[in-house]
Parts: sequence; structure tokens; C-alpha cells
Amino acid sequence: MPEPVTTAVKTIRIEVLRYRPEQEDAPVWQGYTVPFTDDMSVLQALQHIKDELDGSLSFRWSCRMAICGSCGMMIDGKPALSCQTFLRDLLPGPVRIEALANFPIERDLIVSVDGFVGKLESIKPYLIPKQPRTLAQGEYLQTPAQLEQIEQYSSCINCMLCYAACPQFGLDPGFTGPGVLALLHRYNADSRDGGRDQRMAVLNAEEGVWSCTAVGYCSEVCPKHVDPANAVNQNKVNSAKDYFLRFVSPRGGRP
Amino acid sequence: MSKPADVRRPYVRPMAGWWRRDPFFMRYMLREATAVAVAVYAVVLALGIVRLAQGEAAWNGWLDALRSPWSLLLHAVLLVAMVIHAKSWFDIMPKTMPMILIGGRRLAAQTITRTGWAASVVASIVLFALAWWWGA
Amino acid sequence: MKRSNAPIFWLLFGAGGMLSALFGTVLVFITGIAVPLGWPLPADLLSYPNMLALAQHWFGKGMLFVIVALFAWHAAHRIFHSLHDLGLRTGALAKLACYGGALLISVVSAVGLLSLGF
Repeated sequence: MPEPVTTAVKTIRIEVLRYRPEQEDAPVWQGYTVPFTDDMSVLQALQHIKDELDGSLSFRWSCRMAICGSCGMMIDGKPALSCQTFLRDLLPGPVRIEALANFPIERDLIVSVDGFVGKLESIKPYLIPKQPRTLAQGEYLQTPAQLEQIEQYSSCINCMLCYAACPQFGLDPGFTGPGVLALLHRYNADSRDGGRDQRMAVLNAEEGVWSCTAVGYCSEVCPKHVDPANAVNQNKVNSAKDYFLRFVSPRGGRP
Repeated sequence: MSKPADVRRPYVRPMAGWWRRDPFFMRYMLREATAVAVAVYAVVLALGIVRLAQGEAAWNGWLDALRSPWSLLLHAVLLVAMVIHAKSWFDIMPKTMPMILIGGRRLAAQTITRTGWAASVVASIVLFALAWWWGA
Repeated sequence: MKRSNAPIFWLLFGAGGMLSALFGTVLVFITGIAVPLGWPLPADLLSYPNMLALAQHWFGKGMLFVIVALFAWHAAHRIFHSLHDLGLRTGALAKLACYGGALLISVVSAVGLLSLGF
């Protein structure tokens, strides 16, 4: 009877920055050896670790398909969604995984998001009608050109990779930040919206657009191609107009 | 008894040296550093204006200083810095502009950058030509 | 949230940045390399009579002032923010040093240019 052919299982080394506040004062690196297949994502590697090797490893995830925005983390030093980052692109390893940069680490790969959520709420992220509108008037009509103005900015999945990319947010956590300002722009630029005046205070503050120095890394890392750098920097012009034209006209020169 | 989940002690990682952690940030810092060259050149020109106001002897002294090897080396460095500034300026320019639709299609960022570069080349040629004509 | 005064300095930064992006390279080449070397422009291009004529003409005076001042304000704004990027505390002293420096350069140039008359 012929000998069975044994094939070696390919493996990859995963190093994770662990942090358990109840047992250590500072984060520590811990390594694991994970079986490798061509189609595995970093998320799947983490799930293997949790399921088979170390159940204490904590990380956020949900949809596995880059739409929920839960699994953002630093992978080999770059902000990325773990479900959308593949081990085959990180060979031969080791793959170094750390919690999303510029945020306080709660535990392992889980960061504190309270600040971000508060900022989302502060910009009134909903349509504020120009005039009251009844159901009988029917739906708003929008041309393809009007939709074009807002479509990319509406694609944000709140994954916060742009915050991990933004050194100004890292240096000043009070900065409203790329994602929230892009969402602010999404509403201001919507032809159906009339709430611009109510959002100007956020834009005009030092913590608004004026903390941005156009590094541009936020747009590089965005998995949905929202281009927050563009949203923030074009609003510097709007904020400047508001600053100077408020003396000329009470509406700051806005139509 | 407190469970592990009851102990919250968020750990804040230090920002020191953040720009050394990624080539993207290094390029950003290089871009920002070109401002030092712009400042130095503004000081050189301002000094020239002061010397001009002080009379012919002072002005000729300033011209002599520009002919020194140190000055030539400095201006060679300033020249490189100005080119890096121009390149990075036109690269970031599209990010500062609102969406422009021409005939239903978006004006590409690349087009904006290239237009900026073209303007810079034309401006340089025009100024050089003016200087040539003025000195002839 | 308190309104920021950044727009003033940002507009000066933008104007100076655009001017230096368009003309900075060729200006450095002309004044710092071509004329001192005498090639490819004549060494006497920036002679005293020539420069006096340029600086005494209203357009030449204005052009010289705009170049020096806007370059200075552009640099001041960027350097101020770079100090912050490097982790330094950018309070009133840093603002005074950077923007005060630009103001000084602007005033010195204006006084010098005006003293040459028309």
C-alpha cells in the first residue's frame, strides 16, 4: 500500500498588541502561529486565534464585508479594516496588529469611541428642510448632478480609519475630524437641505476645519473612497467666506 | 467582586515621533519644511530692499554677497525647495476645491494638478523672458 | 464653539503659497543663480540704476512688496503649524514669533520701498 503524502500546513505569525487593564499597566506584544490559506483575511486570523488559541483576545467585528465599519485596526502600521485585509498580501509576516491609532485603548484591539459618537451628534447629521413640507407635496426631486455632489460623502461607514490616519486628531483629540466633517459636508451639499447656518459654528471653530493642515492621509486610507480631505479643505473656503462676509451681510454672503 | 470588564483604564499611546512612522508622513513633513526656504528667501529679498534703500554702495555690496559660493549653494538648496513646494502645492490643490462638473462629468484631480503645473511653467517662462528683455 | 480667526492667516498663506508655487522657482533662479553667475542672464541685470528704476515705479514697488510680504506670511503660517506638528506648545509666544516675524519683514520692506520714492 503506497505511503500517504503528507503536506506541511502553511502558517503565518501574527503579533498582537494586547492590553488588559485589570492585569497590566501598559500594552504588551503577544505572538501566535496561525494556519494560512490564500483566501484568509486578517479578521479570520484573529477569529482563529480567539476560537482555537486564546479566547481572551478581544476585538470588534460584525459584517465581514467592509460595510459595518467595526473592524478597523492598525495592520503593519497602517489603518485598515481587518475583514478587507488579506494575509496573502502581508507574507511572509509576522503581521503586527495594534488597536486603531490616536484612540485610547480600552482592551486589546478595542478603542474608546465615545468622542467620535459625540462629534457625530454635534453636526446635526440629518436633513433639515429649507421649508416645511407636507406629505402631499410628494418626494424631493434631485438631478444626477445634485446627487453627484453628495454621493461619495454619504458612503462613510464610520469606521474611523481616517481618525487613525490624521495626526492633527492624534495631537488634538478635540478636533472634529475628517469623517464627521465629511458627513457635515454631505448634508450641507445636499440640495434638499437648508441647515447650513446651524452647522457653521462647528465648521468655523478652531476644532472645526481650522485644525486640518491638509496632510491628506485620511483620504488615502478610507475604504469607501469618501475623500474626507476634500470635504474638509473645500469648507475652509466656505468658513473663510463666512468669516469675512458676516460683516457685509447678516447671512455671510450665502444665497 | 469586580469583573475584568469593570476595570476601565484607557491607555493613551504617545504621539512623539508620529511622523517617522510612515513614509506618507515623512513626505508631508518635507512639504511643510519648504516653508523655511520660502521664509529664508523672503528675508534675502527684504535685505536686498533695505540695501537698495541705503544707496548704490550698499546695493553693490548685496550683489557681491549673492556672488559668493555660500550664497550660490544656499540658492541652489532654495531652488530645490521651491520645486518641492510647487509640486506638493499643485498635488494638494484639488483637495481644496469643490466638485466641478463639466458637461456632466467631474473635473479630475489630475487635470487640476497638471493645470497648476502648466501655469507655473508659463509664469516662469514669461518672467524669465521679461527679465531677458529688460536686461537686453 | 468659539469662532477661529484662522481665516485671515489662511488666506494670506494661500495667496503666498500660490505666488511662490508659480514664481518662487524662477525668482530664486534669476536672483540667486543666473544673475550672480552672469549666465544665462547678464550680471548687470540687477544693477543699481535698473533696480532703482524698478523700485521707484509704482508697479515695480507694488510687485516687490507683494512678493516679499506674501512669501513671508505663507511661511509664517506653515512654520507655526509645523512647530505644532513637532509637538511644541504653540501658544501666544509662538504666534508672536511666526506672525510677528512676517509682520516685521512686511513693514521693513514697505518702509524701504517707500523711502525710495516714486
